Amino acid sequence: MTTRPNPHLDIDNYDADADLMALNMGPQHPSTHGVMRIKLFLDGEVIIKAVPYPGYLHRGVEKLCEKLTFVQIFPIVDKHDYVAPMTNEQAMAVAFERTLGIEVPRRARYLRTILAELTRISSHLLWLGTFTLDIGGTIGGGASMMMYTFRERELILDCFEMLTGSRFHYNTHCVGGNRHEIPDGWVAVVKSIVATMKLRVPEYEQLCTGNEIFNMRSQGVGVISRDLALELGLSGPNLRASGVDHDLRRDQPFHAYDEVDVQVAVAQGGDCFARYQVRIAEFYESIRIVESLIDNIPEGPLSSQRPVKSTLAVKVKTGCHYHGIETPRGELGTYIIGGGDNKSASPYRLKIVPPSLHAMSALPYALVGHTVSDVVAILGSLDPIMGEVDR
Amino acid sequence: MSELLVNPWFLGFAYGFPLITVLMTVGGLATWFERRFAGRMQNRVGPSFVGPFGILQVLADGIKMMQKEDIVPRDADKFLFNLAPILPVFLVLASAATIPFTGYWDDTGQWQSWLMVADLDIGILWVLALAGLMVFPIWMAGWASNNKYTLLAGMRGVAQGVSYEIPLVMAALVPVVATGTLSLSGIVAWQAENGWLVWRFPIVGALAFILFFLSSLAEANRIPFDIPEAESELIGGVIVEYTGLKGGMFLMAEYMHTAVAAALAVTLFLGGSHMPGLSFHWALGPIWFVLKSGALFVLIYWIRWSWFRFRADQLMELCWVLFVPGSLILVMLTAVQVWVETLL
Repeated sequence: MTTRPNPHLDIDNYDADADLMALNMGPQHPSTHGVMRIKLFLDGEVIIKAVPYPGYLHRGVEKLCEKLTFVQIFPIVDKHDYVAPMTNEQAMAVAFERTLGIEVPRRARYLRTILAELTRISSHLLWLGTFTLDIGGTIGGGASMMMYTFRERELILDCFEMLTGSRFHYNTHCVGGNRHEIPDGWVAVVKSIVATMKLRVPEYEQLCTGNEIFNMRSQGVGVISRDLALELGLSGPNLRASGVDHDLRRDQPFHAYDEVDVQVAVAQGGDCFARYQVRIAEFYESIRIVESLIDNIPEGPLSSQRPVKSTLAVKVKTGCHYHGIETPRGELGTYIIGGGDNKSASPYRLKIVPPSLHAMSALPYALVGHTVSDVVAILGSLDPIMGEVDR
Repeated sequence: MSELLVNPWFLGFAYGFPLITVLMTVGGLATWFERRFAGRMQNRVGPSFVGPFGILQVLADGIKMMQKEDIVPRDADKFLFNLAPILPVFLVLASAATIPFTGYWDDTGQWQSWLMVADLDIGILWVLALAGLMVFPIWMAGWASNNKYTLLAGMRGVAQGVSYEIPLVMAALVPVVATGTLSLSGIVAWQAENGWLVWRFPIVGALAFILFFLSSLAEANRIPFDIPEAESELIGGVIVEYTGLKGGMFLMAEYMHTAVAAALAVTLFLGGSHMPGLSFHWALGPIWFVLKSGALFVLIYWIRWSWFRFRADQLMELCWVLFVPGSLILVMLTAVQVWVETLL
């Protein structure tokens, strides 16, 4: 159906005269975004074949969830995509609520939307910092860019800390709503963050696209065609950069996304630069969504459930349920098989479908034919988080 | 006594020791300055605890590096592995020998260059030859470490060093053609009498200066041309396997190389220690010299901390497609201009 480079090249019969060098990139390597290994077969500096080996960060989250009740699962899932913990919790919460048919109050849905968009900004900030770090070097322009993006990311983490008491592993969502009431002055803080981001994103663009070297390094590098992207199950910004207009926020609204008009950013190139463009456009879109919601948070309860006294309070229904939400990295799906007797408080089976894993599966196709320098650029542009890939 | 003062061996020691001391100190201070500068650029503080304004941080780092365990990889070529860190320091210090750090108008109205270890008639050739030798330590380190990453880095370093030597030499030919001498002191004297080369030959001089500056950045492996180091993809380039002071010597050589490159650009194109109307005493020369090369230094840091890195093949393309033909054309244009001036 598609014409694509064959990543599973027969190395033995490649070219008898060419000496291929096998180079293990990782697991200890500064630019593998966590712990992963890519085995590269090189002809000079050109990559003939690339085999990614994930799994170094496997912690058995899904198996662990079978032993935990639905209340206990939330602090666990915080940790699998450690760059955007808020949306991990939301994916789990939405999946459970839809499975159990629990209504979420409008106030909580608004709050969740704002938190999701702020998380998207903070996650994309980290992506921009590390991507430019990969291209620009840890002692060079990339480091400056990373310092700038982390400066803004701190503001968002401070704002989350104000709401939940912790900067990273929030445990603020629960089945039926949110745990932490909005504190006084939080709305003003969010507004100031949004105002800051509006000023800073154009500065990032100036530093990146204003620099010809950045364009040279990212344009035409790591092209993932539309067909290949669909075939590999890419989602989120990586899919939209390949020209597919797909965004669960608009197509299957969750939270309060049905009440806002989500403009989906799509780019056509499918290369690193297109992925950069999509994420920059999503900065502006997230800023716009937060701005439109922050003044209109409705009054009312934050959760439809009574505060949980016993961890066994929520029981799961029999049957299989799949629900996905749009996280900063794409469609984070949760597949739940309920307990057999309708009384179990733990899922019988739980499977997380992480967008980063699909992004990683594009590596063998995208890397072939490029040089060693491009490996880090392509890997960085796909924005995989190893905690999410390996779980 | 007077015989001693013209003995080249004595002069070598008398000028060489202070020069080496000053250059090493400048190299150390340059790291401190760069870290403070980068800190300001990046919204952070930089070294600020050791000594006033953190100026002794270099010393602390040096002591720290000396305390590190000296590890030589088991399968490394030990002789080359240990030789490689010493060579670049030696080469850089030696290439600084012919740079005149000061100069003044004497009573007869002649420009006198002073404060150089050796006033060679072929000073520019000496400097460029030593700069060309800088690929050897990189390749030695890359090969002897017996590591695939250092091998790749060594390959890149040699390709880059050999390629960028051509535009570097060609751009350095512009002052040679213009002034008609290979001696650095002669070039400075010509510039003091006829005007600095950047604007003496209106466009050609400025372009040659830019070309020379960028090529020497590439020779010194600075961003955006630092692909042999390339820590985001090749971890640390050729110095991956070096511990403690050995790795530190590579870094020190890199800093001093940058300093020498800036000094050479000042000497060839910016009039060396000459400042119009302000060169009546030899003691003023070093001030102008340090100010000029300091400005170039800041420019190098500015570029380093705001630009991204080229890819290896793009770097080669830039060299062979733009720099080499460009430098050849510049040399020709200079020659034409000199010829036209002799006719007038």
